[in-house]
Amino acid sequence: MTVPSAPAYTSDEMMTVAAARRLRGGSCFVGIGLPSVAANLARRTHAPDLVLIYESGTVGAKPSRPPLSIGDGELAETADAVVSVPEIFNYWLQPGRIDVGFLGAAQIDRFANINTTVIGPYDAPKVRLPGAGGAPEIAASCREVTVIVRQSPRAFVDRVDFVTSVGFGSGPGDRERLGLRGSGPRTVITDLGVLEPDPVTCELVLTHLHPGVTLEAVRAATGWELAAAPGLLETEPPTAQELAALRSLTGGRP
Amino acid sequence: MATVVPLAEAVAELVHDGDSVAMEGFTHLIPYAAGHEIIRQGRRDLTLIRMTPDLVYDQLIGMGCARRLVFSWGGNPGVGSLHRFRDAVQNQWPAPLETEEHSHAGIANAYVAGASGLPFAVLRGYRGTDLPSRTANIKPITCPFTGEELTAVPAITPDVAIVHAQRADRHGNVQLWGITGVQKEAVLAARRSLVTVEEVVEELEPRPGAIVLPGWAITRVSEAPGGSHPSYSAGYSVRDNAFYQAWDEISRDRETFLAWMREHVLAGGALPPASAARATGGGARP
Repeated sequence: MTVPSAPAYTSDEMMTVAAARRLRGGSCFVGIGLPSVAANLARRTHAPDLVLIYESGTVGAKPSRPPLSIGDGELAETADAVVSVPEIFNYWLQPGRIDVGFLGAAQIDRFANINTTVIGPYDAPKVRLPGAGGAPEIAASCREVTVIVRQSPRAFVDRVDFVTSVGFGSGPGDRERLGLRGSGPRTVITDLGVLEPDPVTCELVLTHLHPGVTLEAVRAATGWELAAAPGLLETEPPTAQELAALRSLTGGRP
Repeated sequence: MATVVPLAEAVAELVHDGDSVAMEGFTHLIPYAAGHEIIRQGRRDLTLIRMTPDLVYDQLIGMGCARRLVFSWGGNPGVGSLHRFRDAVQNQWPAPLETEEHSHAGIANAYVAGASGLPFAVLRGYRGTDLPSRTANIKPITCPFTGEELTAVPAITPDVAIVHAQRADRHGNVQLWGITGVQKEAVLAARRSLVTVEEVVEELEPRPGAIVLPGWAITRVSEAPGGSHPSYSAGYSVRDNAFYQAWDEISRDRETFLAWMREHVLAGGALPPASAARATGGGARP
């Protein structure tokens, strides 16, 4: 059945909108790619005061469209302040000043550890990925972390091939033991739904299904036995306003 | 005091086979012209140090200039992989490439230690990740005051640092602005340094937010207008995002890559054509 007034959207658009909604305000250390689009959407819709921080040293950037790189000129031109790279990591990130770290992932595991380094063995990788960049310290030091990643059995694995950035390590107590001062990943947003760490076990469990997605489909796209939180919710579909703002940011590309 | 010399002369004098070379510029002000000159001069066995290898190191690696790469993020920003880097790591083409892999915070701090004359830097970083198990240059260290366990990385002190800047005066004083990355730290950490600039001017006008590197702290300055393309020099050019996207296809195949390098880098030293980039003289150009 089709509801005539409901706007059509793609699963990627649903993912980006759901991620943007999680950013309420404060400051956000933005990774490039999917996080950058969602953070810019949040700033264009419900969170106009959201402070976007890119690792190029641009603090309070207000780009008119998501940049291709973390160092596009418009980020510096529109920023409240442009600082050096040592300064962005040492003075701004490391002391825990930044509210949300917003990251992507090539692989993520049941304890929300992130791999962006290699698929397969390190010395003979099947795929050599770009590596760590700013992510290990973003994951360690931001007050909390949001992850946005498309869900598939290749990406959602029981144990990542390489821990580039720590989520909850091997489980409860690991972050404290390692001296990681931020609270770690609070939300993982995918094209199928939303996962959050169980407050006791730290294991990612499904809390929201996007409209039209079944629990079975999410489980089939997950490399461990995914549990659903009690009272599994359905994500509100994107509003016409959210979709219009998103498409104006991405130049209409779904 | 830095002397202003032609680029080919500066590279021949400062960059030798087997050197450790840091070419910095965080997305902005990447010293492409100098990188291409190193390729033309056929330098070999270099240890290349750079936070984000970017296309310039993809080119140096693919042309067989590198023995070792010290880096923290080896991708084509917003586009995908660096195919020549991947081919070297996965298939040892055109030569095996040793890697030493860090996080951005780790390398940035290692440059700060180098610039500061310290043997190592300390940071809250790497804890719980698999990076220390793969890099001997990441070690735990205990704070002598609080007992807290932190992480140490050794100072980076390259044989030569190469950066690109907007302008210099005739005395070799260099001015750069916009995203300034780790260029100052890299230059001050290195034994020798080369700064390429968009232009040499009579006098540097003060500019808000600009860094000035005094000429006496630099070894050589070379004029290389457009020398940061396809990255950019704020006030002179914009980032050629179309070229970064095109590089994905150019670099994917070994023969296509080599043909491109022969045509655009090895032949005569002309810079690749800016597909969308160079600012047209107006605007902020002084």
